[in-house]
Amino acid sequence: MNTHAIVTKDLTKRFGDFIATNAITFEVGQGEIFGFLGANGAGKTTAMRMLCGLLRPSSGEATVAGYDLYTQTEQIKKRIGYMSQKFSLYEDLTVKENIRFYGGIYGLSNQQIKQKTQELLARLQMEKEERQLVSSLPLGWKQKLSFSIAVLHDPSIVFLDEPTGGVDPITRRQFWDLIYESADKGVTIFVTTHYMDEAEYCNRISIMVDGKIKALDTPAGLKKQYNADSMNEVFLQLARAKS
Amino acid sequence: MQPIVVEHIHKSFGDLKALHDISFTVDEGELFGLIGPDGAGKSTLFRILTTLLLADKGNAQVNGMDVVKHYRTIRREVGYMPGRFSLYQDLTIEENLNFFATIFNTTVEENYDLIKDIYEQIAPFAKRPAGKLSGGMKQKLALCCALVHKPKVLFLDEPTTGVDPVSRKEFWDMLQRLKTKGIPILVSTPYMDEAILCDRVALMQKGAIMQINTPANIVKSFGMPVWAMKANNMFRLIHDLRAFEGVNSCYAFGEYLHVTLHTDLDSIKAYLAPLGHEGLEIKPARPGIEDAFMQLMQEQNELT
Repeated sequence: MNTHAIVTKDLTKRFGDFIATNAITFEVGQGEIFGFLGANGAGKTTAMRMLCGLLRPSSGEATVAGYDLYTQTEQIKKRIGYMSQKFSLYEDLTVKENIRFYGGIYGLSNQQIKQKTQELLARLQMEKEERQLVSSLPLGWKQKLSFSIAVLHDPSIVFLDEPTGGVDPITRRQFWDLIYESADKGVTIFVTTHYMDEAEYCNRISIMVDGKIKALDTPAGLKKQYNADSMNEVFLQLARAKS
Repeated sequence: MQPIVVEHIHKSFGDLKALHDISFTVDEGELFGLIGPDGAGKSTLFRILTTLLLADKGNAQVNGMDVVKHYRTIRREVGYMPGRFSLYQDLTIEENLNFFATIFNTTVEENYDLIKDIYEQIAPFAKRPAGKLSGGMKQKLALCCALVHKPKVLFLDEPTTGVDPVSRKEFWDMLQRLKTKGIPILVSTPYMDEAILCDRVALMQKGAIMQINTPANIVKSFGMPVWAMKANNMFRLIHDLRAFEGVNSCYAFGEYLHVTLHTDLDSIKAYLAPLGHEGLEIKPARPGIEDAFMQLMQEQNELT
């Protein structure tokens, strides 16, 4: 079981009569870059919140990093990283303070925090900005910093919720360089995006429509299956089909 | 008369130069795009043109009127959809629309033909509070509210940001239909692929305009061959290519990398051959707006 970072079987979440996530079944391998796509309102966020241990499923089974989604949510939270475009860093703390804060939250020792801080700043070439408030950084830098902090505690899985929205095209690609680097080290990447070119960078992709997983394959496999030139076309075909 | 004229606009916030010497014009009935990432200065420019913010230097006219002297008239005559969703979350679709019509001293019925197409898509949810709508529906409602008084110029600040590809496509289809009614539209977007849907675009970055042209001409002016490359291990291919001095630029573009060279193709092939990349494929690629944007960004970065 441990070769899989995420395993779900018929995972479901209901809110009253509304089924936000409807019996989704899939597996994500350790070190895989897994793209989790779907239209607004398709149920991605609900699924992601369940997988992070923040929302109790209505039914179905799932393990994340080998831990059960019903009984071991605290262990899950320690083994995952999370970053979203909406919430990432504390704007009125400096770069260094943010790193220290998250290091503390994840229980790293002072020694570890110190060492990780140096490594992180060097990798992002941000040594000069360590005392700057995060609010003063350009968006692209914030996002790169935010990702690096999300993997500060060497999680086995990192969840990225639309990490690159509004970021310039060069920084967007630098961001993906960071993702590739982490995946290369064995970190599992679970990512949502509205940029269909980014979907191509994933090893495999699932596409959710109305709470269900309508397609799951490699980008090449999906394009072949839907006889499409690009992931954008695949997405439009699938998401359109419902209405 | 050109509905939007911008002449040498400057704006700073403290040390931050939000806009630096911005000039452009929008023609009658034109769909003009401001293309650039967050922080390019797009929203600041919108706020100046909609009379909500004063420029430090420079002039601008909207519908023939100066944005400072005639701000009252301009406010009555333009439609503005700000970047942040700014409707009343606890009013319903219907109530929001009536509210905006009333503010502009008109009724929904009076200009219904203009919003009919768009409104019909959200009409089934007319009694639902705006705060409870999906992203795509919110955009449609906001567009209706910006159109309800039949504006002479339409300003849309990032109407498709954070919206999924299906809703984005629907939104642009609506803009194309609006265009046929003769309303000039200034629209901004961080999505490069939307540039080709505009008549002309200004590519913006860090408060400056890098280029203004039709999308076709921007792509044409790219000026160097682009090669699409891929291999089974893309991460390693990127690293190897960037390490080679004959490579000018190397960026991921969906399934392939887009690579431009200082040298000829044969020398890059000779360089890659002994590195043992499995599944290596090289073919000519057609550059797009995003290639052009990144090239201009690189030039701009080298200057500063």
